[in-house]
Amino acid sequence: MVSRKLLYGLSAIALMSATSAHAIDVKIGVLTDMSGLYADLSGQGSVWAAEQAVADFGAEEKGMNVEIVSADHQNRPDVGSTVVRQWFDEDDVDAVADVPTSSVALAVNELTRDRNKAFLVSGAATAALTGAQCSPNTVHWTYDTWSLANGTGRAIVETGGDTWFFLTADYAFGHALEADTTAVVEEFGGEVLGSVSHPFPGTDFSSFILQAQGSGAQIIGLANAGGDTVNAVNTAAEFGIVQAGQNLAALLMFITDVHAIGLQNSQGLIFTEAWYWDQNDANREFAAEFETVFGGNKPTMVQAGVYSSVIHYLKAVEQVGSAEDGAAVVAAMKEIPTEDKLFGEGMVREDGRKIHDMYLFEVKSPEESTGPWDYYTQRAVIPADGAFRPLEEGGCEFVASAN
Amino acid sequence: MFELLGIPPQALYAQLMLGLVNGAFYAVLSLGLAVIFGLLNVINFTHGAQYMMGAFAGYILLTYFGVPYWGALVLAPIIVGAVGIVIERTMLRHLYHLDHLYGLLLTFGLVLVIEGLFRQQYGVSGRPFPNPLPGGQNLGFMFLPNYRLWVIVASVVVCFATWYLIEQTRLGSYLRAAVERPDLVQAFGINVPVMVTLTYGFGVALAGFAGVLAAPIQVVSPMMGMNIIIVVFAVVVIGGMGSILGAIITGYFLGLVEGLTRVFYPEASSTVIFVIMAIVLLIRPQGLFGKAK
Repeated sequence: MVSRKLLYGLSAIALMSATSAHAIDVKIGVLTDMSGLYADLSGQGSVWAAEQAVADFGAEEKGMNVEIVSADHQNRPDVGSTVVRQWFDEDDVDAVADVPTSSVALAVNELTRDRNKAFLVSGAATAALTGAQCSPNTVHWTYDTWSLANGTGRAIVETGGDTWFFLTADYAFGHALEADTTAVVEEFGGEVLGSVSHPFPGTDFSSFILQAQGSGAQIIGLANAGGDTVNAVNTAAEFGIVQAGQNLAALLMFITDVHAIGLQNSQGLIFTEAWYWDQNDANREFAAEFETVFGGNKPTMVQAGVYSSVIHYLKAVEQVGSAEDGAAVVAAMKEIPTEDKLFGEGMVREDGRKIHDMYLFEVKSPEESTGPWDYYTQRAVIPADGAFRPLEEGGCEFVASAN
Repeated sequence: MFELLGIPPQALYAQLMLGLVNGAFYAVLSLGLAVIFGLLNVINFTHGAQYMMGAFAGYILLTYFGVPYWGALVLAPIIVGAVGIVIERTMLRHLYHLDHLYGLLLTFGLVLVIEGLFRQQYGVSGRPFPNPLPGGQNLGFMFLPNYRLWVIVASVVVCFATWYLIEQTRLGSYLRAAVERPDLVQAFGINVPVMVTLTYGFGVALAGFAGVLAAPIQVVSPMMGMNIIIVVFAVVVIGGMGSILGAIITGYFLGLVEGLTRVFYPEASSTVIFVIMAIVLLIRPQGLFGKAK
């Protein structure tokens, strides 16, 4: 009798250790822009960041078998959906990471919820991902339109720039950014005089810059990104916008954009970012490794965000013990406080929003810059508790129902 | 002060002026395409990539060799034209006796290769190129940057010179004759294959020229050709495939139309040219200046 009990017990232990010895398989798909206008700020650099995260997490030592796959979505929602559908339905991908371009991210958001996988957003901006379109399977990591508008819009209105005109990229992201910034500008007593929507991607911005000039607004808000912002800033310099007394507000700017514009034309621009390579030793070290792979380029906040989000995702998978149930893993991501070398300590909120400090940067003048990629002066820290849209204002349905 | 549909006339003039600047680019680019198609019967899809190469040649000359913009304006088209000649002699020439489609496929493949190589080397964000003519003129109704004024002048001069060369000179008449009856022209002792090679090189050099011209006002990026080439093809189709004068006039005209669209309905500014193309193809399939075959 005793021996039988012992036998059961032993076999149970053997069974348990067998399952724990059995590696947890995790497959993460980095869906990004490999060749379009966001390829430098995400692209291969995001794939590298994800691989780096797997290595730093020590997946192998922890008995996890993590594989990173990647694909190009060409900034098109239809292409992105097709890839992700194939990943989920045939290739056993458990989580999708990065996804710049809001329109693609919104499509992937739906698919991830539908198939109960996990979505780790770094590149996309629209705050709808944790608002009207929030999903129990999605974590929005690095930044969003609300935080950009709040950081940059507020700082500019408070320093006296209270009449605005928007140049808006004509798709989901541009309109979201314009709407969020308008709300901030009006809240702090500013006024929006008008806006013009330009095709995405645009080629010639002179006409739109001229319309902005004609509006007489003090601030020309650029609700666009990547190459569009670069072109708009250059054109504004050519037309002497700043000398004539108007100022530009780049609502979404990446360090790769500053690099493309050059300091001569971009100096003095103020904008909000979540991460800058030269902020501390950990960031500099990460940037130095990145640089050796990518020909001297520095990583962007999007790539850093991919790193940070993948690390946290793996922690959650480890705790849950499997990557199968996407909602369960995302729930664990919200439970565990976040901590990694690039984003420090933080948390993932109920609606899927990752909460951390944001920073207000100003672009240095060519004289101030001491070397390549030495581009930013930090003007202010936007503390985590005020950096993102308050939970109750997002209109996320499962947050509302919980209340 | 009267207003037209709520737009003050000053704003309208200014937008027309900017449209003209864009038209200047369309004209030079579509001119190159028209020369190549009209005289070689090749649909040169690499034109956009060659335009991009022109801009990069300017950037590389300036950054690594210290050649200023004005030197690059002469050197870059020669370099890009020489690359074009290599392409013609090694690849394109073997396809002349085949259907247009083969030339189109080859040149399209080349675009992917060339743009891929540049993307690999320089990334997609692009590189800054300093403006060689800073400052601008106050025209009363607008502030026109000096450089844009120069673009219009350069484009008009180049377009006129090319048209004159092909339509009014003896060399041009040989070229046109070689298109109709290469055997006969060859019999008169003119080396037709060399002439064809040089013509392709010239058409490509025009693309390179437009590229250098665009470098200071558009970020020099591997994508710049892709963005503009589709529009330029539409310009050529509207003007009439192979019509030199048609390409020039249509280029400027569509720049103006696009400029106006940017005022009245900016969201449509990237589509308006294609709408016009569809209408022209329905009413006059050979294009506005093309000859019916």
